[in-house]
Amino acid sequence: MKKRVPLIIIFCVGTLFVLAIFLPFPPFPAMEGEVSVWFDILKGFAFVLGGGNLIRVTADKIRKGHPDRFYLWVTLVGFFGMLVVGLLQLGGPIAPGGDFTTEGLWFRRIYDGIFAPCMAAIFSTLAFFVSSAAYRAFRAKNREATILLIAAFVILLGRTPLGNSLTAWLPDFLNFLKIPWLFEKILMYPNTAGQRAILIGIALGIISNSLRLILGVERSYLGGERS
Amino acid sequence: MSLFLSVLTLSPLNYEYFAFDKINLFVILILLVTAILFFVLKARRGKTLSIRKIAGLEAVEEAVGRATEMGKSVLFVPGSRDLDDLQTLAGLSILGSVARMTAQYEARLDVPVNRSLVMAAGQETVKEAYLAVGRPDLYRPEMVHYITDEQFGYVAALEGIMVRERPAACFYMGAFLAESLILAETGNSIGAIQVAGTAMPVQLPFFVAACDYTLIGEELFAAAAYLSQDRRMMGSLKGQDVGKAVAMFAIVIGSLLATIVALTGSSFVGSLFRAFIRLFALNY
Repeated sequence: MKKRVPLIIIFCVGTLFVLAIFLPFPPFPAMEGEVSVWFDILKGFAFVLGGGNLIRVTADKIRKGHPDRFYLWVTLVGFFGMLVVGLLQLGGPIAPGGDFTTEGLWFRRIYDGIFAPCMAAIFSTLAFFVSSAAYRAFRAKNREATILLIAAFVILLGRTPLGNSLTAWLPDFLNFLKIPWLFEKILMYPNTAGQRAILIGIALGIISNSLRLILGVERSYLGGERS
Repeated sequence: MSLFLSVLTLSPLNYEYFAFDKINLFVILILLVTAILFFVLKARRGKTLSIRKIAGLEAVEEAVGRATEMGKSVLFVPGSRDLDDLQTLAGLSILGSVARMTAQYEARLDVPVNRSLVMAAGQETVKEAYLAVGRPDLYRPEMVHYITDEQFGYVAALEGIMVRERPAACFYMGAFLAESLILAETGNSIGAIQVAGTAMPVQLPFFVAACDYTLIGEELFAAAAYLSQDRRMMGSLKGQDVGKAVAMFAIVIGSLLATIVALTGSSFVGSLFRAFIRLFALNY
Protein backbone atom coordinates (compact mmCIF):
# COMPACT_ATOMS: atom_id res chain seq x y z
CA MET A 1 0.00 0.00 0.00
CA LYS A 2 2.84 2.32 0.97
CA LYS A 3 4.28 1.94 -2.53
CA ARG A 4 1.15 1.21 -4.55
CA VAL A 5 -0.48 4.58 -3.85
CA PRO A 6 2.58 6.65 -4.97
CA LEU A 7 2.92 4.43 -8.05
CA ILE A 8 -0.73 4.98 -9.01
CA ILE A 9 -0.35 8.75 -8.50
CA ILE A 10 2.84 8.79 -10.62
CA PHE A 11 1.13 6.80 -13.39
CA CYS A 12 -1.94 9.06 -13.50
CA VAL A 13 -0.09 12.38 -13.26
CA GLY A 14 2.68 11.29 -15.66
CA THR A 15 0.22 10.10 -18.31
CA LEU A 16 -1.86 13.25 -17.92
CA PHE A 17 1.15 15.51 -18.42
CA VAL A 18 2.30 13.64 -21.52
CA LEU A 19 -1.21 13.89 -23.00
CA ALA A 20 -1.43 17.58 -22.05
CA ILE A 21 1.22 18.37 -24.69
CA PHE A 22 -1.14 17.18 -27.44
CA LEU A 23 -4.47 18.40 -26.04
CA PRO A 24 -4.96 22.11 -26.81
CA PHE A 25 -8.21 22.72 -24.87
CA PRO A 26 -8.58 23.78 -21.21
CA PRO A 27 -7.45 22.85 -18.63
CA PHE A 28 -4.48 21.14 -20.33
CA PRO A 29 -2.47 24.14 -21.71
CA ALA A 30 -2.43 25.86 -18.29
CA MET A 31 -1.80 22.70 -16.32
CA GLU A 32 1.99 22.88 -16.17
CA GLY A 33 1.98 26.39 -14.71
CA GLU A 34 -0.78 25.58 -12.21
CA VAL A 35 0.88 22.41 -10.98
CA SER A 36 4.24 24.13 -10.53
CA VAL A 37 2.43 26.54 -8.16
CA TRP A 38 1.15 23.50 -6.22
CA PHE A 39 4.71 22.21 -6.08
CA ASP A 40 5.94 25.56 -4.71
CA ILE A 41 3.28 25.43 -1.96
CA LEU A 42 4.37 21.89 -1.13
CA LYS A 43 8.00 23.05 -0.99
CA GLY A 44 7.03 25.80 1.46
CA PHE A 45 5.64 23.25 3.90
CA ALA A 46 8.53 20.86 3.29
CA PHE A 47 10.96 23.58 4.34
CA VAL A 48 9.74 23.11 7.93
CA LEU A 49 10.79 19.47 7.56
CA GLY A 50 14.29 20.50 6.41
CA GLY A 51 14.69 23.17 9.09
CA GLY A 52 13.58 20.68 11.75
CA ASN A 53 16.11 18.12 10.51
CA LEU A 54 18.91 20.70 10.55
CA ILE A 55 18.15 21.66 14.18
CA ARG A 56 17.82 18.04 15.31
CA VAL A 57 21.03 16.80 13.64
CA THR A 58 23.04 19.83 14.81
CA ALA A 59 21.72 19.68 18.39
CA ASP A 60 22.44 15.93 18.54
CA LYS A 61 26.04 16.49 17.50
CA ILE A 62 26.50 19.24 20.10
CA ARG A 63 25.02 17.02 22.81
CA LYS A 64 27.40 14.18 21.89
CA GLY A 65 30.39 16.55 22.16
CA HIS A 66 31.29 16.60 18.46
CA PRO A 67 34.82 18.07 17.89
CA ASP A 68 33.36 20.73 15.54
CA ARG A 69 30.76 21.92 18.03
CA PHE A 70 31.91 25.54 17.69
CA TYR A 71 30.77 25.56 14.03
CA LEU A 72 27.58 23.74 15.02
CA TRP A 73 26.78 26.52 17.51
CA VAL A 74 27.37 29.08 14.74
CA THR A 75 24.82 27.19 12.60
CA LEU A 76 22.20 27.16 15.35
CA VAL A 77 22.74 30.78 16.37
CA GLY A 78 22.62 31.88 12.71
CA PHE A 79 19.46 29.86 12.06
CA PHE A 80 17.50 31.12 15.06
CA GLY A 81 18.94 34.64 14.79
CA MET A 82 17.73 35.07 11.21
CA LEU A 83 14.39 33.44 12.07
CA VAL A 84 13.73 35.89 14.94
CA VAL A 85 14.98 38.93 13.00
CA GLY A 86 12.84 37.98 10.00
CA LEU A 87 9.67 37.07 11.88
CA LEU A 88 9.70 40.15 14.12
CA GLN A 89 10.86 42.42 11.28
CA LEU A 90 13.35 44.11 13.59
CA GLY A 91 14.53 47.56 12.53
CA GLY A 92 11.26 48.50 10.84
CA PRO A 93 7.59 49.10 11.58
CA ILE A 94 5.79 46.06 12.95
CA ALA A 95 3.58 44.96 10.09
CA PRO A 96 2.71 41.26 10.00
CA GLY A 97 3.05 39.92 6.50
CA GLY A 98 5.14 42.90 5.37
CA ASP A 99 8.05 42.61 2.96
CA PHE A 100 11.10 41.35 4.85
CA THR A 101 13.43 42.57 2.10
CA THR A 102 12.58 46.24 2.73
CA GLU A 103 15.64 48.55 2.98
CA GLY A 104 16.66 49.26 6.58
CA LEU A 105 15.33 46.05 8.12
CA TRP A 106 17.92 44.07 10.09
CA PHE A 107 17.07 41.04 8.02
CA ARG A 108 18.02 42.90 4.83
CA ARG A 109 21.18 44.35 6.43
CA ILE A 110 22.39 40.96 7.65
CA TYR A 111 21.62 39.45 4.25
CA ASP A 112 23.45 42.18 2.30
CA GLY A 113 26.28 42.65 4.82
CA ILE A 114 27.15 39.07 5.81
CA PHE A 115 25.34 36.48 3.74
CA ALA A 116 25.82 37.90 0.23
CA PRO A 117 29.61 38.54 0.65
CA CYS A 118 30.05 35.00 2.05
CA MET A 119 28.27 33.58 -0.99
CA ALA A 120 30.39 35.70 -3.33
CA ALA A 121 33.56 34.52 -1.54
CA ILE A 122 32.64 30.85 -2.07
CA PHE A 123 31.77 31.50 -5.72
CA SER A 124 35.05 33.32 -6.31
CA THR A 125 37.08 30.26 -5.21
CA LEU A 126 35.92 28.79 -8.52
CA ALA A 127 38.62 30.82 -10.30
CA PHE A 128 41.36 28.95 -8.41
CA PHE A 129 39.69 25.60 -8.93
CA VAL A 130 39.41 26.24 -12.68
CA SER A 131 43.18 26.89 -12.81
CA SER A 132 44.11 23.73 -10.90
CA ALA A 133 41.68 21.55 -12.90
CA ALA A 134 42.89 23.03 -16.20
CA TYR A 135 46.51 22.39 -15.21
CA ARG A 136 45.78 18.69 -14.71
CA ALA A 137 43.46 18.30 -17.72
CA PHE A 138 45.68 20.04 -20.26
CA ARG A 139 48.89 18.07 -19.76
CA ALA A 140 50.07 16.52 -23.03
CA LYS A 141 50.22 12.93 -21.69
CA ASN A 142 49.04 11.24 -24.88
CA ARG A 143 47.75 12.07 -28.37
CA GLU A 144 44.17 12.85 -27.26
CA ALA A 145 45.36 15.06 -24.40
CA THR A 146 47.68 16.91 -26.79
CA ILE A 147 44.81 17.60 -29.23
CA LEU A 148 42.74 18.84 -26.27
CA LEU A 149 45.59 21.07 -25.15
CA ILE A 150 46.02 22.62 -28.62
CA ALA A 151 42.24 23.15 -29.03
CA ALA A 152 42.03 24.74 -25.58
CA PHE A 153 44.98 27.01 -26.37
CA VAL A 154 43.35 28.17 -29.61
CA ILE A 155 40.01 28.83 -27.86
CA LEU A 156 41.79 30.71 -25.07
CA LEU A 157 43.64 32.90 -27.58
CA GLY A 158 40.51 33.35 -29.69
CA ARG A 159 38.71 34.83 -26.70
CA THR A 160 41.33 37.56 -26.26
CA PRO A 161 42.31 40.57 -28.44
CA LEU A 162 45.87 39.18 -28.46
CA GLY A 163 44.65 36.15 -30.42
CA ASN A 164 43.31 38.41 -33.18
CA SER A 165 46.46 40.51 -33.45
CA LEU A 166 48.86 37.54 -33.38
CA THR A 167 47.73 36.19 -36.77
CA ALA A 168 46.25 39.37 -38.33
CA TRP A 169 49.33 39.78 -40.55
CA LEU A 170 48.70 36.49 -42.40
CA PRO A 171 47.53 36.92 -46.05
CA ASP A 172 43.94 36.04 -46.96
CA PHE A 173 44.77 32.73 -48.63
CA LEU A 174 46.12 31.56 -45.24
CA ASN A 175 42.88 32.51 -43.55
CA PHE A 176 42.49 28.98 -42.16
CA LEU A 177 45.55 29.57 -39.97
CA LYS A 178 44.15 32.71 -38.37
CA ILE A 179 43.18 32.29 -34.71
CA PRO A 180 39.64 33.82 -35.05
CA TRP A 181 38.89 31.44 -37.96
CA LEU A 182 40.15 28.40 -36.05
CA PHE A 183 38.31 29.52 -32.90
CA GLU A 184 35.03 29.82 -34.78
CA LYS A 185 35.38 26.49 -36.60
CA ILE A 186 36.34 24.53 -33.47
CA LEU A 187 33.32 25.91 -31.63
CA MET A 188 30.96 25.51 -34.57
CA TYR A 189 31.78 21.98 -35.72
CA PRO A 190 33.54 19.53 -33.35
CA ASN A 191 32.15 21.24 -30.25
CA THR A 192 28.57 21.48 -31.54
CA ALA A 193 28.67 17.90 -32.85
CA GLY A 194 29.86 16.58 -29.48
CA GLN A 195 27.32 18.63 -27.55
CA ARG A 196 24.46 17.52 -29.77
CA ALA A 197 25.44 13.86 -29.45
CA ILE A 198 25.30 14.24 -25.66
CA LEU A 199 22.00 16.13 -25.84
CA ILE A 200 20.34 13.47 -28.04
CA GLY A 201 21.49 10.81 -25.56
CA ILE A 202 20.15 12.86 -22.65
CA ALA A 203 16.78 13.40 -24.38
CA LEU A 204 16.37 9.68 -25.05
CA GLY A 205 17.53 8.88 -21.53
CA ILE A 206 14.92 11.27 -20.11
CA ILE A 207 12.13 9.71 -22.21
CA SER A 208 13.17 6.20 -21.23
CA ASN A 209 13.56 7.10 -17.54
CA SER A 210 10.21 8.92 -17.50
CA LEU A 211 8.51 5.90 -19.00
CA ARG A 212 10.15 3.64 -16.42
CA LEU A 213 8.82 5.93 -13.69
CA ILE A 214 5.31 6.22 -15.17
CA LEU A 215 5.02 2.45 -15.63
CA GLY A 216 6.46 1.70 -12.20
CA VAL A 217 9.37 -0.30 -13.63
CA GLU A 218 11.82 2.05 -11.89
CA ARG A 219 10.97 2.27 -8.20
CA SER A 220 14.36 2.38 -6.51
CA TYR A 221 13.70 6.02 -5.50
CA LEU A 222 10.82 4.61 -3.44
CA GLY A 223 13.22 2.19 -1.79
CA GLY A 224 13.28 -0.65 -4.33
CA GLU A 225 11.35 -3.92 -4.45
CA ARG A 226 11.34 -4.99 -0.80
CA SER A 227 7.64 -4.62 -0.01
CA MET B 1 -8.74 26.74 -8.46
CA SER B 2 -8.54 28.42 -11.87
CA LEU B 3 -7.73 24.98 -13.29
CA PHE B 4 -11.08 23.61 -12.10
CA LEU B 5 -12.98 26.72 -13.16
CA SER B 6 -11.57 26.42 -16.66
CA VAL B 7 -12.91 22.84 -16.84
CA LEU B 8 -16.37 23.93 -15.68
CA THR B 9 -16.60 26.68 -18.26
CA LEU B 10 -15.41 24.47 -21.10
CA SER B 11 -17.64 24.50 -24.14
CA PRO B 12 -17.10 21.46 -26.41
CA LEU B 13 -17.74 23.42 -29.59
CA ASN B 14 -15.05 26.05 -29.13
CA TYR B 15 -11.94 23.92 -29.14
CA GLU B 16 -9.84 21.63 -31.27
CA TYR B 17 -9.38 18.27 -29.58
CA PHE B 18 -5.89 17.45 -30.77
CA ALA B 19 -2.85 19.65 -31.51
CA PHE B 20 -2.31 18.47 -35.09
CA ASP B 21 0.76 20.68 -35.46
CA LYS B 22 2.45 18.31 -32.99
CA ILE B 23 1.41 15.10 -34.72
CA ASN B 24 5.06 14.40 -35.69
CA LEU B 25 6.06 14.47 -32.00
CA PHE B 26 3.15 12.21 -31.16
CA VAL B 27 4.24 9.63 -33.76
CA ILE B 28 7.87 9.74 -32.56
CA LEU B 29 6.68 9.34 -28.97
CA ILE B 30 4.48 6.36 -29.86
CA LEU B 31 7.39 4.72 -31.72
CA LEU B 32 9.76 5.20 -28.80
CA VAL B 33 7.23 4.06 -26.21
CA THR B 34 6.41 0.96 -28.29
CA ALA B 35 10.12 0.08 -28.64
CA ILE B 36 10.76 0.52 -24.92
CA LEU B 37 7.64 -1.44 -23.91
CA PHE B 38 8.51 -4.21 -26.38
CA PHE B 39 11.95 -4.74 -24.83
CA VAL B 40 10.65 -4.39 -21.25
CA LEU B 41 8.11 -7.15 -21.92
CA LYS B 42 10.72 -9.24 -23.72
CA ALA B 43 13.04 -8.95 -20.73
CA ARG B 44 10.17 -9.78 -18.38
CA ARG B 45 9.61 -13.05 -20.27
CA GLY B 46 13.16 -14.05 -19.37
CA LYS B 47 15.17 -12.92 -22.38
CA THR B 48 18.75 -12.20 -21.30
CA LEU B 49 19.91 -8.72 -22.28
CA SER B 50 23.45 -7.44 -22.14
CA ILE B 51 24.56 -3.83 -21.86
CA ARG B 52 28.06 -2.50 -22.37
CA LYS B 53 30.30 -2.03 -19.37
CA ILE B 54 30.25 1.47 -17.90
CA ALA B 55 33.58 2.09 -16.17
CA GLY B 56 32.13 4.68 -13.79
CA LEU B 57 29.54 2.25 -12.47
CA GLU B 58 32.01 -0.63 -12.24
CA ALA B 59 34.03 1.66 -9.97
CA VAL B 60 31.16 2.30 -7.53
CA GLU B 61 31.65 -0.97 -5.64
CA GLU B 62 35.42 -0.54 -5.70
CA ALA B 63 35.05 2.94 -4.18
CA VAL B 64 32.71 1.73 -1.42
CA GLY B 65 35.07 -1.19 -0.71
CA ARG B 66 38.02 1.18 -0.46
CA ALA B 67 36.14 3.42 1.98
CA THR B 68 35.36 0.37 4.12
CA GLU B 69 38.99 -0.78 4.16
CA MET B 70 40.19 2.68 5.12
CA GLY B 71 37.50 3.04 7.80
CA LYS B 72 36.30 6.26 6.19
CA SER B 73 32.88 7.41 5.07
CA VAL B 74 31.18 7.50 1.66
CA LEU B 75 29.82 10.90 0.62
CA PHE B 76 26.86 11.00 -1.76
CA VAL B 77 25.58 14.28 -3.25
CA PRO B 78 22.28 13.93 -5.18
CA GLY B 79 22.69 17.20 -7.10
CA SER B 80 21.52 20.67 -6.20
CA ARG B 81 18.01 20.68 -7.66
CA ASP B 82 14.65 19.65 -6.26
CA LEU B 83 12.66 16.47 -6.61
CA ASP B 84 10.86 17.76 -9.73
CA ASP B 85 14.10 17.36 -11.72
CA LEU B 86 14.49 13.95 -13.34
CA GLN B 87 18.25 14.01 -12.67
CA THR B 88 17.58 14.20 -8.94
CA LEU B 89 15.34 11.13 -9.20
CA ALA B 90 18.08 9.34 -11.16
CA GLY B 91 20.54 10.35 -8.42
CA LEU B 92 18.22 8.94 -5.73
CA SER B 93 17.93 5.69 -7.68
CA ILE B 94 21.72 5.39 -7.68
CA LEU B 95 21.72 6.30 -3.98
CA GLY B 96 19.55 3.21 -3.38
CA SER B 97 22.21 0.98 -4.96
CA VAL B 98 25.10 2.72 -3.17
CA ALA B 99 23.23 2.42 0.16
CA ARG B 100 22.82 -1.33 -0.38
CA MET B 101 26.60 -1.59 -0.83
CA THR B 102 27.40 0.53 2.23
CA ALA B 103 24.98 -1.62 4.24
CA GLN B 104 26.62 -4.84 3.03
CA TYR B 105 30.16 -3.54 3.62
CA GLU B 106 29.18 -1.77 6.86
CA ALA B 107 30.65 1.48 5.55
CA ARG B 108 29.49 4.89 6.81
CA LEU B 109 27.21 6.78 4.42
CA ASP B 110 26.73 10.55 4.48
CA VAL B 111 24.15 12.23 2.23
CA PRO B 112 23.93 16.01 2.77
CA VAL B 113 21.10 17.53 0.69
CA ASN B 114 19.90 21.04 -0.10
CA ARG B 115 16.16 20.40 -0.55
CA SER B 116 13.70 19.22 2.08
CA LEU B 117 11.76 17.01 -0.33
CA VAL B 118 14.97 15.37 -1.55
CA MET B 119 15.85 14.74 2.11
CA ALA B 120 12.51 13.01 2.76
CA ALA B 121 12.80 10.86 -0.38
CA GLY B 122 16.49 10.15 0.28
CA GLN B 123 15.83 8.99 3.85
CA GLU B 124 13.16 6.61 2.58
CA THR B 125 15.46 5.29 -0.18
CA VAL B 126 18.38 4.64 2.20
CA LYS B 127 16.14 3.11 4.87
CA GLU B 128 14.58 0.68 2.39
CA ALA B 129 18.03 -0.22 1.00
CA TYR B 130 19.31 -1.08 4.49
CA LEU B 131 16.17 -3.12 5.16
CA ALA B 132 16.48 -4.90 1.81
CA VAL B 133 19.95 -6.26 2.63
CA GLY B 134 18.90 -7.19 6.16
CA ARG B 135 20.88 -4.51 8.02
CA PRO B 136 18.22 -2.16 9.47
CA ASP B 137 20.37 -1.94 12.63
CA LEU B 138 22.95 0.10 10.70
CA TYR B 139 20.47 2.66 9.37
CA ARG B 140 20.38 6.11 10.97
CA PRO B 141 17.94 8.82 9.74
CA GLU B 142 20.70 11.45 10.03
CA MET B 143 22.62 9.71 7.22
CA VAL B 144 20.50 11.89 4.90
CA HIS B 145 20.45 15.38 6.35
CA TYR B 146 19.36 18.80 5.21
CA ILE B 147 21.87 21.68 4.97
CA THR B 148 20.36 24.72 3.24
CA ASP B 149 18.54 25.68 0.04
CA GLU B 150 21.14 28.36 -0.74
CA GLN B 151 23.52 27.17 -3.48
CA PHE B 152 26.85 28.40 -2.08
CA GLY B 153 25.87 27.87 1.53
CA TYR B 154 25.36 24.24 0.57
CA VAL B 155 28.69 24.18 -1.27
CA ALA B 156 30.51 25.65 1.76
CA ALA B 157 28.98 22.99 4.02
CA LEU B 158 29.96 20.21 1.61
CA GLU B 159 33.52 21.51 1.38
CA GLY B 160 33.66 21.62 5.17
CA ILE B 161 32.40 18.03 5.44
CA MET B 162 34.95 16.87 2.87
CA VAL B 163 37.92 18.61 4.47
CA ARG B 164 37.05 17.62 8.04
CA GLU B 165 35.65 14.09 7.56
CA ARG B 166 37.89 13.24 4.57
CA PRO B 167 35.56 10.65 2.94
CA ALA B 168 37.33 7.97 0.89
CA ALA B 169 34.69 7.96 -1.84
CA CYS B 170 32.61 10.85 -3.19
CA PHE B 171 29.64 10.40 -5.50
CA TYR B 172 28.05 13.35 -7.29
CA MET B 173 24.92 12.13 -9.08
CA GLY B 174 22.26 14.54 -10.29
CA ALA B 175 21.86 18.08 -11.60
CA PHE B 176 24.75 20.42 -10.81
CA LEU B 177 25.46 24.06 -11.58
CA ALA B 178 28.53 26.19 -10.79
CA GLU B 179 29.28 24.08 -7.71
CA SER B 180 30.39 21.07 -9.77
CA LEU B 181 34.05 22.06 -10.08
CA ILE B 182 34.32 23.38 -6.51
CA LEU B 183 33.10 20.04 -5.16
CA ALA B 184 35.13 17.89 -7.53
CA GLU B 185 38.36 19.81 -6.91
CA THR B 186 37.89 19.71 -3.13
CA GLY B 187 37.29 15.96 -3.37
CA ASN B 188 40.39 15.63 -5.50
CA SER B 189 42.49 17.54 -2.96
CA ILE B 190 41.59 15.06 -0.19
CA GLY B 191 42.48 12.06 -2.39
CA ALA B 192 38.99 10.55 -2.54
CA ILE B 193 37.84 8.27 -5.36
CA GLN B 194 35.28 10.38 -7.19
CA VAL B 195 32.47 9.23 -9.45
CA ALA B 196 30.23 11.90 -10.94
CA GLY B 197 27.19 11.78 -13.20
CA THR B 198 25.12 14.58 -14.63
CA ALA B 199 23.01 15.49 -17.63
CA MET B 200 24.06 19.15 -17.50
CA PRO B 201 26.28 19.42 -20.62
CA VAL B 202 28.01 22.60 -19.38
CA GLN B 203 29.17 20.94 -16.15
CA LEU B 204 30.40 17.71 -17.74
CA PRO B 205 33.90 19.00 -18.68
CA PHE B 206 34.52 20.04 -15.07
CA PHE B 207 33.64 16.61 -13.76
CA VAL B 208 35.69 14.91 -16.48
CA ALA B 209 38.70 17.05 -15.55
CA ALA B 210 38.50 16.57 -11.78
CA CYS B 211 36.84 13.18 -11.13
CA ASP B 212 38.10 9.64 -11.61
CA TYR B 213 34.99 8.52 -13.47
CA THR B 214 32.14 10.48 -15.05
CA LEU B 215 28.75 9.27 -16.23
CA ILE B 216 27.96 11.36 -19.28
CA GLY B 217 24.34 12.37 -19.85
CA GLU B 218 22.29 9.27 -20.63
CA GLU B 219 24.62 7.07 -18.53
CA LEU B 220 23.23 8.80 -15.43
CA PHE B 221 19.73 7.64 -16.34
CA ALA B 222 20.98 4.14 -17.19
CA ALA B 223 22.93 3.80 -13.94
CA ALA B 224 20.10 2.53 -11.74
CA ALA B 225 19.28 -0.20 -14.27
CA TYR B 226 22.95 -1.13 -14.60
CA LEU B 227 23.58 -1.31 -10.86
CA SER B 228 20.39 -3.18 -10.00
CA GLN B 229 20.67 -5.56 -13.01
CA ASP B 230 16.86 -5.52 -13.03
CA ARG B 231 15.77 -7.21 -16.27
CA ARG B 232 12.82 -4.90 -16.97
CA MET B 233 14.90 -1.80 -16.44
CA MET B 234 17.62 -3.17 -18.71
CA GLY B 235 14.92 -3.88 -21.29
CA SER B 236 13.99 -0.19 -21.28
CA LEU B 237 17.64 0.65 -22.06
CA LYS B 238 17.48 -1.63 -25.08
CA GLY B 239 14.33 0.19 -26.23
CA GLN B 240 16.18 3.46 -25.78
CA ASP B 241 18.84 2.13 -28.19
CA VAL B 242 16.16 1.87 -30.88
CA GLY B 243 15.55 5.61 -30.43
CA LYS B 244 19.27 6.20 -30.75
CA ALA B 245 19.41 4.15 -33.97
CA VAL B 246 16.53 6.21 -35.39
CA ALA B 247 18.33 9.45 -34.40
CA MET B 248 21.55 8.26 -36.07
CA PHE B 249 19.68 7.26 -39.21
CA ALA B 250 17.91 10.64 -39.32
CA ILE B 251 21.21 12.53 -38.85
CA VAL B 252 22.84 10.61 -41.74
CA ILE B 253 19.84 11.16 -44.06
CA GLY B 254 19.59 14.85 -43.09
CA SER B 255 23.33 15.40 -43.63
CA LEU B 256 23.21 13.68 -47.03
CA LEU B 257 20.22 15.73 -48.18
CA ALA B 258 21.79 18.99 -46.96
CA THR B 259 25.06 18.14 -48.74
CA ILE B 260 23.25 17.29 -52.02
CA VAL B 261 21.27 20.55 -51.85
CA ALA B 262 24.47 22.53 -51.21
CA LEU B 263 26.36 20.84 -54.09
CA THR B 264 23.64 20.66 -56.76
CA GLY B 265 21.11 23.32 -55.74
CA SER B 266 18.33 20.91 -56.79
CA SER B 267 14.90 22.32 -55.86
CA PHE B 268 13.38 18.82 -55.62
CA VAL B 269 15.99 17.64 -53.08
CA GLY B 270 15.62 21.03 -51.38
CA SER B 271 11.88 20.53 -50.81
CA LEU B 272 12.58 16.94 -49.71
CA PHE B 273 15.11 18.28 -47.21
CA ARG B 274 12.65 20.88 -45.84
CA ALA B 275 9.95 18.22 -45.46
CA PHE B 276 12.44 16.02 -43.65
CA ILE B 277 13.34 18.86 -41.26
CA ARG B 278 9.61 19.43 -40.54
CA LEU B 279 9.36 15.81 -39.38
CA PHE B 280 11.44 16.72 -36.35
CA ALA B 281 10.18 20.28 -35.73
CA LEU B 282 9.03 20.87 -32.16
CA ASN B 283 6.18 23.34 -32.96
CA TYR B 284 6.01 24.76 -29.45
